[in-house]
Amino acid sequence: MQILTNTHIKFMNHRKIAMMISAILIVISIASLAIRGLQFGLDFTGGTLVEVAYPQAVDLKPIRDQLHGNGFDDAIVQHFGAANEVLVRIAPKEGLSNADISTQLLELLRAQNPGVENRRVEFVGPQVGEELTETGGIAMLAALACILVYVALRFEYRFALGSVAALAHDVIIVLGLFSVFGIEFDLTVLAAILAVIGYSLNDTIVVFDRIRENFRKIRKGNAIEVIDTSLNQTLARTLMTSVTTLLVLIALFLLGGELINGFATALMAGVVVGTYSSVYVASSVLVSMGISKEDLAPVKKEGEEQEEVYEEV
Amino acid sequence: MLNHYPLWKYILIIAVVVVSAFYALPNIYGEDPALQVAASARGVQVTDQTLAQLSKSFEKEGIHYRNAKQSDTGLLFRFSNEDEQLKAKKIAETELGDDYAVALNLAPATPQWLLDMNAQPMYLGLDLRGGVYFLMQVDMEAAVTKSINTFVSDSRAILRKAKVRYLGSKRVDNDVVLRFKTEEMRDKGFEVLRREMRDLDFVDKEEGKSFILRGRLSEEKLKELKLFALKQNITTLRKRIDEKFHGLVEPIIQQQGEDRIVIQLPGIQDTAGAKDILGATATLEYRAVDEEHTVEQALSGRVPAGSKIYYTRERKEGSRVIPSVPVLLKKRVITTGEHVTNAQAGIDPDTGGAKVNVSLDGYGGKRMGNFTKDNIGKRMAVVFLETKQDTVRDENGNLLRDENGKPVIKRHTTEEVISNAVIRGHFSNRFETTGLDSVQEANDLSLLLRAGALAAPVFIIEERTIGPSLGQDNIDKGFRSVIIGFIAVLFFMAFWYRKFGMFANLALGLNLVIIVAVLSLLQATLTLPGIAGIVLTVGMAVDANVLIFERIREELRNGNSPQNSIHSGYEKALMTIADANITTLIAAFVLFVVGTGPIKGFAVTLSIGIVTSMFTAIMVTRAVVNYTYGGKRIKDISI
Repeated sequence: MQILTNTHIKFMNHRKIAMMISAILIVISIASLAIRGLQFGLDFTGGTLVEVAYPQAVDLKPIRDQLHGNGFDDAIVQHFGAANEVLVRIAPKEGLSNADISTQLLELLRAQNPGVENRRVEFVGPQVGEELTETGGIAMLAALACILVYVALRFEYRFALGSVAALAHDVIIVLGLFSVFGIEFDLTVLAAILAVIGYSLNDTIVVFDRIRENFRKIRKGNAIEVIDTSLNQTLARTLMTSVTTLLVLIALFLLGGELINGFATALMAGVVVGTYSSVYVASSVLVSMGISKEDLAPVKKEGEEQEEVYEEV
Repeated sequence: MLNHYPLWKYILIIAVVVVSAFYALPNIYGEDPALQVAASARGVQVTDQTLAQLSKSFEKEGIHYRNAKQSDTGLLFRFSNEDEQLKAKKIAETELGDDYAVALNLAPATPQWLLDMNAQPMYLGLDLRGGVYFLMQVDMEAAVTKSINTFVSDSRAILRKAKVRYLGSKRVDNDVVLRFKTEEMRDKGFEVLRREMRDLDFVDKEEGKSFILRGRLSEEKLKELKLFALKQNITTLRKRIDEKFHGLVEPIIQQQGEDRIVIQLPGIQDTAGAKDILGATATLEYRAVDEEHTVEQALSGRVPAGSKIYYTRERKEGSRVIPSVPVLLKKRVITTGEHVTNAQAGIDPDTGGAKVNVSLDGYGGKRMGNFTKDNIGKRMAVVFLETKQDTVRDENGNLLRDENGKPVIKRHTTEEVISNAVIRGHFSNRFETTGLDSVQEANDLSLLLRAGALAAPVFIIEERTIGPSLGQDNIDKGFRSVIIGFIAVLFFMAFWYRKFGMFANLALGLNLVIIVAVLSLLQATLTLPGIAGIVLTVGMAVDANVLIFERIREELRNGNSPQNSIHSGYEKALMTIADANITTLIAAFVLFVVGTGPIKGFAVTLSIGIVTSMFTAIMVTRAVVNYTYGGKRIKDISI
């Protein structure tokens, strides 16, 4: 199968509109993050822990169904030590104290099995401590800084700024999506955001690589034309990779159950935005910063390689 | 010749395939509930006798274990169900006492012949399989006492600096109590202290001839202090686990109630080791040796003010036992483990003994530098400090509690001089400390020094197994979606790139096997998002093949011959793939070094995925392509 092979799309002609769209999305995202914030899950907020004991060994599925169907959608239910002891964790609810929550919960459980006995009700702190959020933020900034340096050394400083801009663009918009739609943000989503960084970076560097190659190879045409040619040449690959990755993600999203849902949502958004940003953010930054062929004067060795002709066997 | 691989590359690939398949193999076996018994006190060993003793007691109580095994990490008993496992634990604890650590465990049912080759499975995470649950009590009283003591010594320094004379300053319960000779002095002291120590509320009082100033922490401050101690402890415990398992175990660590911490560990090999590390307090103190007085004098009862008698640690050198001897050390410490920024265990090449290479922070380095500069030729001693806390249990193995319902704690502190040597030269923030018993002890000590001190002592008050946090249906759904996603990618690649797509699929399958093998070798913990992450890496791993195949198509379109197109397609795509992957690897590396917990774990899986996918997507597909097309005269290729 081959499609999109000899395209001549003038991507850079639309870059002003694209940049407007990106700018609007980023403003909305940042505004929403500032005003609404993120809907953090139990991992981040902590909540109430209730330990109960049953007169005999119990199956957890009916307990889960009972709680999930009655206002405790995010209740985590686990066996605790023995088959008749059960641990339930619930996220905090507005206007309800620990005691209120546990009373409601016990009522629900008693409706199912009158023999259930309350062992302990307690506050539990978040799994993700402040120090994790803090070091996580520092880790991301440090990673961005190192990428900036590496890309600047390997390519040129404008390429470095372009790739980091694309990265920040993608992360902010995915976070914004979670904020605007109030989708629960838990540890799996955090993992997905980290994966988005990897994906977006990969995509951008592949496009940049072709731009660099073409700057050195193609003699006619200005920077915008060369960038357009490069984007067209990599278009088939860009779409193919997005499609295969999305295939996995769609399967996870549709069939993976509730836990994987947030993870898949974040990544699907990340893949779409990441693909778009390697074209319109990363490359547009190059154009806006006035990249020209002289900035990437051919390195002698690589120039020679291009002249090489392989002998037919 | 074009598109021809030398034999050694084929052999290398086949070797990698065979080895990976072997190390991935243990993952198809399940796990048994088990009990791990390890020595926790020094000088105690787990022997055949321990095994015989325990199996006899188990038999007496009617508990059957499936088998028992002795290894480097102690004894491991396997049971058929959790009930017997829990009962056995109680028995083992009462039988063996405090010198041994007894911990619940989930032991993989990997056959012995695989274990002999060091092939072990990955462990499933807390969400998929559950694990071991420790509830730890933070000794808040100790935390408060410690900070009040700091307030006492601070108040002295402040008064001295302000030249306010005072008679005495000490801690009474949770108060700082200062005594002055005159009312005027006390008022002056009050002025200064109120300004400098805003955390304390001062009240004054007369008592006989002296004038008292009593400083008390407000309820609010006290609460703040406790919360800080708790948070600090959570951080330290997380660091300890990260250090011990290199960020590969995904624990849950959270606050429970006001003064307790929950730690959940997924199935790991060494739960007893983890337990030891969690409550451990080992640290070091560097002290000057008192050379103006003799130990004999001190031993006869005349201990000079400002000095204290310590004892050296009993050591074995070959078959010779070097007994413990008393040493007289200055009370004032030069520096302590709190100022250590980095510590690495190693072996002293001269003696063959274990050592720890220590780096100090600015403050500690300066103090050490000043001291060694002025004292070349004199002696300095290193004191190894360890406080063990244990809960007390009655004959039935139940926790003894005081009238407030808090568990009764027994504490014993060891202070041993592990090294007493002449200072040969001036040094400050980097040096080494020798005299440790074993490399294991040096490893543990350096881990604890790196992770930082606990703000308050902690001890385990409850230990249980905990079931998976996800329901079975959710787990099944997760696995199914992952498999379907993977198959979808395979079909799509075969459809799009035909024969070359099949080559890529072969590489993908192999990539999966290698990733599983590497994670198993590293003993990583696999959570559901982790599995999704691996499949995602696989989805992204096709990228390298897509890049290569698109390049080959381009070359073909430019009118090159199939052989030339294959050759230059691989050649040209290589640079791109390398650039993209190295950049991502750098990001992963930084996340690993700077991040903690789940971020660290993610960075590991990401890096492994990148490296293995480069190998399979570039080398393996090339080998298959070369094998199929290399050296043949072909008109057309199926791409």
